[in-house]
Amino acid sequence: MELSHQLLQYLLSGLSTGAIYALIGIGFSIIYNATGIINFAQGEFVMLGGMMTLFLLEALHLPLWAAVPLAVCIVTLVGLGFERLAIRPLRNASPISLVIITIGGAILIRGLAMLIWDKDTHAIPPFSGDEPIMLAGATLLPQHLWILGITVVLISLNKWFFNHTISGKAMRACSYNPRAAGLVGVDVRRMVLLSFMISAAMGSLAGIIVAPLTMTAYDVGIMLGLKGFCAAIIGGMSSGLSTVIGGLILGVLESMGAGLISSGYKDAIAFIILLLILFIRPQGLFGKPESERV
Amino acid sequence: MKRELIKFMLFALCVLVAPLFFSGSYLMNVLVFVGIHTLLAVALNLLLGYAGQISLGHAAFFGLGAYGSGILTTTFSWNPWLAMVTVAVIVATMAFAIGFPILKLKGHYLAMATLGLGIIIFIVFNEWVDVTGGPSGFPGIPNLELGTLVFDSDLKNYYLVWSFVLGCVLLSVNLANSRIGRAFRAIHDAETAARVMGVNARLLKVQVFALSAMICAIAGSLYAHVMTFIAPPSFGFNISVELLTMVVIGGLGSIYGSFLGALLLTMLPEFLRFMHDYDIVFYGGLLMVMTIFMPGGLVRGIPELFRKLAGLKKGKGDAHA
Amino acid sequence: MKFRFKTLASAAALLLATVSTSFAAGTIKIGGLFAVTGPPAFLGEPERNTAKMVVDNINKAGGIKGQKVELVVYDTAGDATKAVQMATKLIKDDKVVAIIGPSTTGETMAVIPVVEKEKIPLISCAAGSKITDPVKPYVFKTAQNDSLAVTKIYEYLQQHKQNKVAILTVSDGFGASGREQLKALAGKHGMQIVVDDTYGPKDTDMTSQLTKIRGSQAQALIVWGTNPGPAVIAKNAKQLGLKMPLFMSHGVSSKKFISLAGDAAEGIKLPSGKVIVSDVLPKNDPQKSALLTYVKDYQSHYKVEGDHFGGHAWDGVMLVKTAIEKGGATPEGIRNALEGIKDFHGIGGTFNFSANDHAGLTKDAFIMVEIRNKDWVIAK
Repeated sequence: MELSHQLLQYLLSGLSTGAIYALIGIGFSIIYNATGIINFAQGEFVMLGGMMTLFLLEALHLPLWAAVPLAVCIVTLVGLGFERLAIRPLRNASPISLVIITIGGAILIRGLAMLIWDKDTHAIPPFSGDEPIMLAGATLLPQHLWILGITVVLISLNKWFFNHTISGKAMRACSYNPRAAGLVGVDVRRMVLLSFMISAAMGSLAGIIVAPLTMTAYDVGIMLGLKGFCAAIIGGMSSGLSTVIGGLILGVLESMGAGLISSGYKDAIAFIILLLILFIRPQGLFGKPESERV
Repeated sequence: MKRELIKFMLFALCVLVAPLFFSGSYLMNVLVFVGIHTLLAVALNLLLGYAGQISLGHAAFFGLGAYGSGILTTTFSWNPWLAMVTVAVIVATMAFAIGFPILKLKGHYLAMATLGLGIIIFIVFNEWVDVTGGPSGFPGIPNLELGTLVFDSDLKNYYLVWSFVLGCVLLSVNLANSRIGRAFRAIHDAETAARVMGVNARLLKVQVFALSAMICAIAGSLYAHVMTFIAPPSFGFNISVELLTMVVIGGLGSIYGSFLGALLLTMLPEFLRFMHDYDIVFYGGLLMVMTIFMPGGLVRGIPELFRKLAGLKKGKGDAHA
Repeated sequence: MKFRFKTLASAAALLLATVSTSFAAGTIKIGGLFAVTGPPAFLGEPERNTAKMVVDNINKAGGIKGQKVELVVYDTAGDATKAVQMATKLIKDDKVVAIIGPSTTGETMAVIPVVEKEKIPLISCAAGSKITDPVKPYVFKTAQNDSLAVTKIYEYLQQHKQNKVAILTVSDGFGASGREQLKALAGKHGMQIVVDDTYGPKDTDMTSQLTKIRGSQAQALIVWGTNPGPAVIAKNAKQLGLKMPLFMSHGVSSKKFISLAGDAAEGIKLPSGKVIVSDVLPKNDPQKSALLTYVKDYQSHYKVEGDHFGGHAWDGVMLVKTAIEKGGATPEGIRNALEGIKDFHGIGGTFNFSANDHAGLTKDAFIMVEIRNKDWVIAK
């Protein structure tokens, strides 16, 4: 096996993992930009996506093409409920209280998932077979193509939504200055609600497309959420392309680190690079120095 | 100042007599861990409540203290007290050095950086097998000794840990009411204004970061000697989050609030045990409900509850704060 | 200082004397410490279920020497601190005569100082060799040592003339212990470890490590972990078209692994307790009757298949029962009787305890199995 083939394999593996981190990271950013909250329950939306799909497939015997959109809809409703019950009553609380409440929400959702389903890990069938595809000495699964494809579609949709629809533009306005947005007639509360729904939908879809590769369980949300959070930070909490790049960088660093340096320390390598980025460029990798958001 | 002293004396009295009611039962054992958690929560509160700086990686300093003491006393046969002091100083110095770049960050970037730091240190505990024992843990740490007194029972450990807690509370209360404490509060409320007034905000923040890390390291040393066995999961990200929760549930910026938060979160699993597997759901729900209905934390929420119960008259609740 | 401790303690003892006389004479209290929640729940849950079932069965059959047995179970959530607290609770508040569990090596190591000090026998359900090596007076274990599983794999490889192996272990207590034994025993069996790699318990993609291994000289890959990691590795290996034979640890010897890995599980070999192949064991196997009873009972109680993790608790409870019958229902009596138990045919193997051996099993406790057509067969 030549080194270049190995490198290509690391790169491809890293990109597909990174795409998932990117989707989760964008979820973080959308909520952060609309509300200033770091939503620690983001990972739980990812978990719910996978577990809900599994439930619809196995318990209700729905076909995949019906189970996936239905699961996304249900998790979006969970996001809506979460905002209504936990976030809205606390609009004027300190940011740190809001962090705690999302932590509480995450624990609650995880606990409920454990009770409703079980503590086991479950496999989900791949969308279209599992015959490996050869690509210049590296191999991919059809599911990897699904992941990359869906990520590209979602990110384009996201871009279109924020740039070309009234709601999207209104949400952007809120992220710059909620009070000013409110004055010009934007319903800020509706935008906050919308941000939670979009994040929940994106998170759940990420959870669904990755589940055939990684399997799913009630507690997969913690680690994926953490990685997504890192992707968002590298991207400077943007809800666009920089977070995508952030996710991809993280995924590739992990995969290269595991392959070339040390698999035990691969997460440490990723985090050390993160710290260095933060020390040298405290505003994120792509942020402008003056746009300091506190 | 006098009120502070009375509060402290009351607190110390409670600590002193508690074993009368619980000695011999297993609650004594739980109270030892409440003490360790109180130390950690007070330390984090100094940083978060007074200096206004978040940390999602404080469990790492706790772990450094525990592993430092464990390794020095077991592998290198140091005197445990000497090891505790040495480790505390080393951790404080490390925190001081890393504090300068890290505390330059703000808000979620600071959260991220401290989180990253915590995870890196956790990975080192897990992977540096030759020194830390890796994921299998580090056994055989001796108990602390003072002359002929060996701290090997729950009762003895209780008094050991809680004398540290009392010392730490006294120090923190004094610090909060000193010139430095006022400067912290100024930084917390309006950093720019404080700077204009001649407060060296940056240095102060780094100093309190180092102090906070040092208290955590001492708590870690105590934990190692009480448990005599340590393993990486006790110092992971979820512990950092739990500490943060203790501080916020207790009440930001209140030393006794940190104690209440530590007490509640450490004892809660005890009270929830009858619910079996439902306890985790209840725990999450309680966190949310408390944050919504007691935004000031227990330390402000309880007196308020009493006031409400007493028909809006100013009740006795104040004494509990 | 000493004086005050004494007065405080005696005052407290007076207070408590009125409270703690509540435990009824005539029942034997046994403690259970299992990680029913948390990451090792896959161990703790079947262990708790099994322990409860066995105790129920004992009581239905009239108890031990006419005395009813009460099982007090606490959840440790896989956390060492909690395990210590719960062990203290079992000893101080519940006054149990013996403790079964905890589920993991880390928790067991944390609990050992407590039980040694209080002189309460502990029968751990964890696999780490260092639990009973060196021997501690009150500590026993029922899970097979990792070293036995490693020996089984190495001997199999020797028979098949392969001596260059790659190892891929999970970076938690289970994997670390396996890795230690894999490295320690390699020389003895003429094995050469050409790649020594690890993965994190929550990792979701191991193609990087496997790519590296694919490019090495290794003739076989040994993976040491518990679900879901090994299932991900099996799938990744299939994706990469890894040609070398794949060996797993006993950590995945349940049907769960086969359902997770799907087609990718075909042909994987592993050392396992005999419980998963109980129906195809030869008739003269001394464990056969115990195994069949356990499998049948568990199936009718919980409607799912019993696995060898639950078996550790089965062995624990039955060993305590045997010990009480011989030595009486006191901690000291149980400890002494346990040390004398010989030829106890349990789920994990045939136990022979002695003053120098508190693990009691030999490598015959394991059998090499292979996955064929989504089921276990005895490997040739």
